[in-house]
Amino acid sequence: MSEPLKFTYPVDGDNFTSAGQASVQVKKVLRRLGLDPETIRRVSIAMYEGEINMVIHAGGGEAEVLIYEDNVQIILRDKGPGIADIEQAMQEGFSTAPDNIRSLGFGAGMGLPNMKRYTDDMRIESEVGVGTTITMRVDL
Amino acid sequence: MTVQTLAGLEGVRALTCPEPEREIRGVYIGDLLSWVMGRAEADNVWITIMTNINIVAVASLADTSCILLAEGVTPEQSVLDTAEAKGVNILQSAKPIYETAMQLREFV
Repeated sequence: MSEPLKFTYPVDGDNFTSAGQASVQVKKVLRRLGLDPETIRRVSIAMYEGEINMVIHAGGGEAEVLIYEDNVQIILRDKGPGIADIEQAMQEGFSTAPDNIRSLGFGAGMGLPNMKRYTDDMRIESEVGVGTTITMRVDL
Repeated sequence: MTVQTLAGLEGVRALTCPEPEREIRGVYIGDLLSWVMGRAEADNVWITIMTNINIVAVASLADTSCILLAEGVTPEQSVLDTAEAKGVNILQSAKPIYETAMQLREFV
């Protein structure tokens, strides 16, 4: 298999208004590569939800996108507080987001479920006090 | 129906319309942004009363044809500038959400 196209983006943890910039960049790249619109939508939304989570909970982190011939992988790494109970965090409606985030229309407990909904595979590795790495795959 | 046509309906006006020829297919209504991203479909009109900057990213990534702000709510100019730059159409309806949606019923 040929080498994947690889893109790395820092996710700024202090700036909630610019959250999503990495996702918008990736969307542009995927458009240029000629991927079908629904695939681009799935990758973009999954990545945006991940970015938002990193800004809300982890003080930012790093997003890496690998584009293979037959799939796109998104790897989100942060050094945040970690997720104590992943099963609980995956439930729709469960949220630990603060009120100021909720008033913006986020924090509905839909982020992780949306990431799972829009990808073909999602893995969460998390250690409390150390950080979280989420790996998602969307098949082409 | 195109976004431009929608902008011409009674009580509706374009606040920024960088892609006026975009076709509309269906409507989604919601204010919780993640809920919208999970449920809205590409080319939908998205009716909401949220006006913060994040609606631009949500509309762009969820690939909706336009944001239709109901109740006459108005975003800050910086939101409109960002939308213009990112090719996101933002329209405004003077009517409440229900009346706005009913007005669209015969077109979508």
